[in-house]
Amino acid sequence: MIVMTKDTMQIVREQDVVPFRNRVREYAAKIGMSLVNQTKLITAASELVRNMLKYANGGKVLIEIISKNAQTGVRLTFIDEGPGIANVQQAMQDGFSTGKSLGLGLPGTKRLVNEFDIKSTLGEGTTVTVIHWKNGR
Amino acid sequence: MDRIPILKMGPFLLVTIQVDLYDRLALTLENDLISMVSQTGAKGVLIDISAVTIVDSFMGRILGNIASMSRIMDAETVVVGMQPAVAITLVELGLTLQGVYTALDVEKGMDLLYNKIGIIDVLEEDDQEEEPDDCND
Ligand SMILES: Nc1ncnc2c1ncn2[C@@H]1O[C@H](COP(=O)(O)OP(=O)(O)OP(=O)(O)O)[C@@H](O)[C@H]1O
Ligand SMILES: [Mg+2]
Repeated sequence: MIVMTKDTMQIVREQDVVPFRNRVREYAAKIGMSLVNQTKLITAASELVRNMLKYANGGKVLIEIISKNAQTGVRLTFIDEGPGIANVQQAMQDGFSTGKSLGLGLPGTKRLVNEFDIKSTLGEGTTVTVIHWKNGR
Repeated sequence: MDRIPILKMGPFLLVTIQVDLYDRLALTLENDLISMVSQTGAKGVLIDISAVTIVDSFMGRILGNIASMSRIMDAETVVVGMQPAVAITLVELGLTLQGVYTALDVEKGMDLLYNKIGIIDVLEEDDQEEEPDDCND
């Protein structure tokens, strides 16, 4: 895996969401990702950044263009130092929410992107990594 | 910049969303629309999202809220012009816009509303090529 471009954005308030989404769009467009794939990636990114704001008071996102086996893609790493998730398996289920919401963010995001990984430690924070390839699906 | 204009068109309200909404703007729109439905006694709400490139669960929830609040006040809601990439993404995310009708463009959205509230659209008489879906009830 080769990292070609790298950028970090701090997400601390709701107003950071739209500029962040635009940055993701810029990166996805730069590698020539199709419109549908761009939309999927940006929507996933929007969900994850909202979770970060809602449950962890913000955090930071690493935006990278990566290359692996002749494929190019965008990798986003959402890092927060919030309360962590007690039961990740449960949080990944459709409809599970501690925030009286729809509980769609995490499972929906996983469906939208090509690769999805979540690591969470109670009291330390949560890191979610997603990759969407230029020609993914 | 801080408010999205709402136009009154006969018995309906029309909103054209030209930008990707940040949260506060979306919430303001929700409140404005609901109070305007109640003030004007509008029978329908048309929300044109043809310029919107991202609908995440937050935005989806706002559209759903507008529809269900409007329905309580006897008005139907039609979302018009959703971009195909947005529609595909919403399905994968798992978000169903409950209680929200959709139409391809404002004109078809109007037809749908006229049908729903049982008023015959007199402007439609010279345009007999496209029959509304359920006009024979
Ligand atoms: N970054 C995070 N830190 C701590 N807890 C989190 C984080 N992200 C998600 N969670 C927990 O996982 C649950 C499921 O998240 P998910 O995004 O799927 O649903 P939601 O945010 O509750 O609802 P929706 O996204 O549909 O509005 C949340 O309710 C919350 O308890
Ligand atoms: Mg969420």
